[in-house]
Amino acid sequence: MSATVNLGMPAVRPQHASPSSTLRGTRGFPAAAREELTDEVLRGNLRHATTTIQAKRAGVVREVRDWQKLRNAGSALKWQVTDHLPELLEQLEASVTAAGGTVHWARDAEEAGEIVTSLAIERGAREILKVKSMATQEIALNETLEHAGIRAIETDLAELIVQLAGDTPSHILVPAIHRNRAQIREIFLESMPDLDPSITDDPAELAGAARRYLREKFLDSPGSVAVSGANFAVADTGTLVVVESEGNGRMCLTLPRTLISVVGIEKVVPSFQDLEVFLQLLPRSSTGERMNPYTTLFTGVREGDGPQEFHLVLLDNGRSAVLEDPDGRSALHCIRCSACLNVCPVYARAGGHAYGSTYPGPIGAILSPQMTGVQDAEDPSATLPYASSLCGACYDVCPVKIDIPAILVHLRAKDVDRRRGTRGEFHGAWDVSMKGASRLMSSPRAYDIAVRSAGTLAKVMPGKNIGTLPHALPIVPGWTDHRDLPKPGPSFRSWWDQHEKQRAAGSTSGAGDAPATGGDEQQEDQA
Amino acid sequence: MRISLMTTCLVDVMAPDVAASTVRLLERLGHEVVFDRRQTCCGQMHTNTGYYTEAAPVVRQFVDTFEPALDEVDAIVMPSGSCAGCVRDQHALVARHEGDSELEERAGRVAAKTYELSELLVDVLKVTDVGAYFPHTVTYHPTCHSMRVLKVGPRPLKLLRVVEGIEVVNLPESDTCCGFGGTFSVKNDATSDAMVTDKAANVVRTGADFVVAGDASCLMNIGGKLHRTGAAPRPVHLAQILASTREEPFVPSETILGRAS
Repeated sequence: MSATVNLGMPAVRPQHASPSSTLRGTRGFPAAAREELTDEVLRGNLRHATTTIQAKRAGVVREVRDWQKLRNAGSALKWQVTDHLPELLEQLEASVTAAGGTVHWARDAEEAGEIVTSLAIERGAREILKVKSMATQEIALNETLEHAGIRAIETDLAELIVQLAGDTPSHILVPAIHRNRAQIREIFLESMPDLDPSITDDPAELAGAARRYLREKFLDSPGSVAVSGANFAVADTGTLVVVESEGNGRMCLTLPRTLISVVGIEKVVPSFQDLEVFLQLLPRSSTGERMNPYTTLFTGVREGDGPQEFHLVLLDNGRSAVLEDPDGRSALHCIRCSACLNVCPVYARAGGHAYGSTYPGPIGAILSPQMTGVQDAEDPSATLPYASSLCGACYDVCPVKIDIPAILVHLRAKDVDRRRGTRGEFHGAWDVSMKGASRLMSSPRAYDIAVRSAGTLAKVMPGKNIGTLPHALPIVPGWTDHRDLPKPGPSFRSWWDQHEKQRAAGSTSGAGDAPATGGDEQQEDQA
Repeated sequence: MRISLMTTCLVDVMAPDVAASTVRLLERLGHEVVFDRRQTCCGQMHTNTGYYTEAAPVVRQFVDTFEPALDEVDAIVMPSGSCAGCVRDQHALVARHEGDSELEERAGRVAAKTYELSELLVDVLKVTDVGAYFPHTVTYHPTCHSMRVLKVGPRPLKLLRVVEGIEVVNLPESDTCCGFGGTFSVKNDATSDAMVTDKAANVVRTGADFVVAGDASCLMNIGGKLHRTGAAPRPVHLAQILASTREEPFVPSETILGRAS
């Protein structure tokens, strides 16, 4: 034993996201998806929207000749960020402070909510304006503010639709992707009292109605407070970047007196120059545009120009726990473009709500369970890594090359290992089957006998294929409820036995084309 | 060449004609095929479901079967994109999880000689026209792991297009997953069903007689859905088409992926 005892510095252990976050569903993915799948309108809306965005993205990505190099650069920068996160965050804090901003550190949803709420209360705000932000969705900031008597007004068109409908977003970029025009018209008519009932479901008319509704909010709130997120936070200059399409963000970031930005700690990038990579990758991957209409960059405060007070709330809420896992941490590289959602065949059918988290789709399936942690076998978060056929389409489109399929499999292994190590949890139908199959498949002699007898056993069943089977059976009805199964006949290895005999007979007689002499009845027949 | 056949567990039991067709094809091209009866499974099912500890003995069995004979064969062939992908990408992963560096090293040697069927034909045996005859309309489904893990690209289509009598028609949304995904098809059966329903509808839309792919597992899913709904197109594996000749043409049996003659 070493004689030196180094007690070190007292450290705060990384912790998972707080339970009040909107990251954990109320039930597992398979059950939620089963219900969502019955909604034909939803399926139609999703299919239309995801196919359209996907095609747009593919078109604008194809025209960038060095796209793969850009992806490599984006990925390398993000690895640099996760490798040096503590230093970069301290540098960011120093830069923002030097530019006249105030930096707050929030360990979880509660701390972030308290910081924003007290800042708003101190400034006497009854209403705050909001720029679309995933981080504030994740910490349920609107609900926290509401408890304090403050009304948050979403200014992004789709977020507004979701808010007015009392709904939750189902897509990272297009929160109301599950709604069609007719549904949006209904929502507006119900919640905008001054709206002319003759309004049609023409997108331009609907956008006009939203614009009139919001413009009053922007102009009527002098001395007001706005809350935003950020796409990037530049460590060396203290600059924050918000990328958007509608211009509402630009108004929120410039008109109010006080601006509060709630930003996940993984959003930091080392230097201003790094933006050249991300500002090319993000719009093309996200909306399928070469360049998004509005990119707002703001650095601290400047007298007489824009908000006179700037607060940056740096949010952990489980991110440091994700960082702890070397095989899973690249989930933090996500720039929230949502290309993986649009290309995912699971997302396109089940929809975003089935994931039960602010972050749906393939990226959500690896990010949410790592942020919440998995408590026990019943935890809905535990089902998310299995909500994928591992087709790999997400990895192909990811602008920062997050190997989502590999992380999904890694998280499945973590889940299985956790159950294996927990008393009384490793006895499910899957666990028993997998253990049994493993034993059989690692004993060649037993396996050979089992394979050869499969055909014989199947003989007792009628027909050439297997149809629907009783639900009393474990596992198999999941297959046979939806599709037929070929009935096992004689295995390949029994065919091979005959084939070898025939081949031996052929070579001893010296004639390759001689018929078999072994008296075999079936020879090359399988059926 | 001397080629060792790894049938995959699913083919051995559920689609034996796919392996038999691989043998017929390679022997017709003048190669010697060997089959080691100690082979079981590549361990993909366990690995992709997260059972690394249970996958490890299966991977070890795989390596124990094929590694000692590596010097005696020119290549190992698997009639499956996803199983070949597992051998190439995941055996090392499982070995590392078990902290078994010797297994990792041996598995790497086996993987370096392991090919999916279209890779073996085009890259190793340098052949695209295998002298096959298949007078039917087919549509090709590029399975996800062939396409995205192995990146076989146009190889299967190159092989198919020169088959005598064949007509290859495009499959709409061909690069979308069929919904198989191994245990996903059962664990998330409702979502998987929605996916295979769309895939089967696209196959029907082409008017093809057959849907062809390089993975018997995906074909069992698509074929199982087509059969359940009474749709006409039949599933057929790439090996079955390439093994089919004028003298011994492929005739499907009533059993999904089976052969009648």
